[in-house]
Amino acid sequence: MNIRAQVSSVFHLDKCIGCHTCSIACKNLWTDRKGAEYMWWNNVETKPGTGYPTKWEDQEQYKGGWEMQGDTLQLKVGGRGSTLGKIFHNPNLPTMDDYYEPFTFRYDDLTSAPAGKDQPTARPVSMVTGKPMKIEAGPNWDDDLSGSNIYAANDPGVVKLTEEEQRQLFAIEKMVFFHLPRICNHCLNAGCVASCPSGAIYKRGEDGIVLINQDKCRGWRMCVSACPYKKTYYGWTTGKSEKCILCYPRQEAGEAPACFHSCVGRIRYLGVLLYDADRIESVAKQDDKDLAAAQREIILNPFDPQVIADAKKSGVPEQVIKSAQKSPVYKFVKEWGIALPLHPEFRTLPMLFYVPPLLPVMSMDNQGKQKMADDFFTTLEQARLPMQYLAGLFAGGNEEEVKAVYRKLIAVRIQRRSVTVGDIPAEEATKACDIAQVSSEAVDAIYRMTTLTRIKERIVVPPMLREQAIEAGMDPEQHKQEMGFGSRRPPKRRW
Amino acid sequence: MTDMILFGVFPYVAVALMVGVGIYRYCVDRYSWSSQSSQFLESRVLFWGSVPWHYAILIILLAHFLAFLVPSGWGVVLGNPLRLYILEVTGLALGISTLIAVTLLIFRRSLNARVSAVTSAVDWLVLAALLLQVATGVYIAFTLRWGSVWYLHTASPWLWSLLKLDPQVHYLAALPTVVKLHAFNAFFIVALFPFSRLVHVVSVPLTYLARPYQVVVWYRERRAG
Repeated sequence: MNIRAQVSSVFHLDKCIGCHTCSIACKNLWTDRKGAEYMWWNNVETKPGTGYPTKWEDQEQYKGGWEMQGDTLQLKVGGRGSTLGKIFHNPNLPTMDDYYEPFTFRYDDLTSAPAGKDQPTARPVSMVTGKPMKIEAGPNWDDDLSGSNIYAANDPGVVKLTEEEQRQLFAIEKMVFFHLPRICNHCLNAGCVASCPSGAIYKRGEDGIVLINQDKCRGWRMCVSACPYKKTYYGWTTGKSEKCILCYPRQEAGEAPACFHSCVGRIRYLGVLLYDADRIESVAKQDDKDLAAAQREIILNPFDPQVIADAKKSGVPEQVIKSAQKSPVYKFVKEWGIALPLHPEFRTLPMLFYVPPLLPVMSMDNQGKQKMADDFFTTLEQARLPMQYLAGLFAGGNEEEVKAVYRKLIAVRIQRRSVTVGDIPAEEATKACDIAQVSSEAVDAIYRMTTLTRIKERIVVPPMLREQAIEAGMDPEQHKQEMGFGSRRPPKRRW
Repeated sequence: MTDMILFGVFPYVAVALMVGVGIYRYCVDRYSWSSQSSQFLESRVLFWGSVPWHYAILIILLAHFLAFLVPSGWGVVLGNPLRLYILEVTGLALGISTLIAVTLLIFRRSLNARVSAVTSAVDWLVLAALLLQVATGVYIAFTLRWGSVWYLHTASPWLWSLLKLDPQVHYLAALPTVVKLHAFNAFFIVALFPFSRLVHVVSVPLTYLARPYQVVVWYRERRAG
């Protein structure tokens, strides 16, 4: 047993309204500068859709993540030798056109244009070259299914569906979509870390946040290919790769990451999970369909006295174990089992989980009228959004995994309807809970966590114990005297 | 006198710059240490430029270094006319590859709007120096045949004399101007090294072959140690 703590998250997709506030909060804090304009450490995609960068899920094209070669787990980009061989030109690197060329407008022309017969216009110009350009893509170009015949129809998850399922998905007046906000998953078996020739990318032991050491990065850009979620970005001006830092400076000050804090729909939950680091490799080697379950298995119960004892032996501080016991992520993922990892088949063990969206699934029945009771499971079978599509996103193609979650979510709806509206008899609610294998109390707890909780319950930032990190390098008293000048270096003579 | 400055003094200046400024930059501004790849902005032409350039120039540099460091062994290798012939033809082919590659890279950098937007004056200087170096190299290989042999009696002892801190520029004195240019430009590139993206040359990430895939950094370990 080698127990470690991991700051993890849950995004509740039923609550996401696709407003992109998270993306803007992140951009204003971290990527609002030259060379980083195109980087969206947080982005929101419309599903079905091709996403950002275009078709990032298609690993035949980008070679992200891991694959099994016989009994060994290998990066899809290739082994160590072949990675070094590709250092002069990486054939799997997405280029700027796979994202979009950042643009702005010549707003100045609106006021400074000489008087003439026509209204002055603000022409779009490239933020790379400064020259006028035609805008052909953006970070959310296929938002709300725009251009769905080009984008949604080419979603790597959609093209795997049967023709019947695809027809169903794109039937006129029955088209359906949901939003998928994405940040770095801070994976346990991260592809970016494994592929970095310089060894510049690392996981912080204490909280599991994955960071790129900017002083060690040499711009070999293997991480961009090897991350299957395309969440490391190459800084085209600096020659350094960058990625989501889970706002660790904010977390160290006890605040929620910016995207979490700003989330309008309050879809984001954050908390610490305890897991057994010795089992990472064996979990990553499971069959596609077993990966989601195996990933749940590696997460340990923070209330189990044995786990607590082992965690202490592994050096997890008491405060962090306490925080893990309050973690909403543990509840969603383990206790209730209603949150699933995104594309577990990439085998990086992502530590961001999603509660799959129920709304588009349910509203199929009766031309939009939701039928809640009786045969609600046949509703699920004929769901408006094909189960296979959702299973491809959240469970490595295992439909049972997704259906189990939906049964619970439906049970929550039925029980709440029974309580608040009263047109469903209580027995129906009990039956739904039985079928979903979830207790009535758990249903209440899910309802409460989903709708009523305030930020301190939704976002449980663990104590980041900066004092310990400072002690590792210097006397905290001295540190206190010398910091706070806005400089990373103590104010003293060096030369 | 000019020869003394160019081949007896300048090499020391160049190496001093490389080591001194190189270490200074590494210690003070390590963030700037990068290959500055532009593949993200343009990938297709880069493939035909970068790949042949790097592999060919590495082999050519290796040959130059071996002939300089172990001239006697190199002389034995070239003792057989067939081996000499094969080596010269290979060298010439690789040289022409680098020439084509660097030309392609220069065209790419000037014609592609995105790539030229991230190009600095030093980048151009590096490219010009590299073009001059491979162009003179190929020209010498063509016109002054069997360079791999006469190198052993001119450049090699000259470089050894530099290494022994007793510069003997007379080894180069009688050589044609183009060879002198090649020799001087070589040290000019050395001098450019710490001021340009050339620093990535010393960051060959060979440790990658031996390290475990996952890297976990603890402050706890730092505290224990």
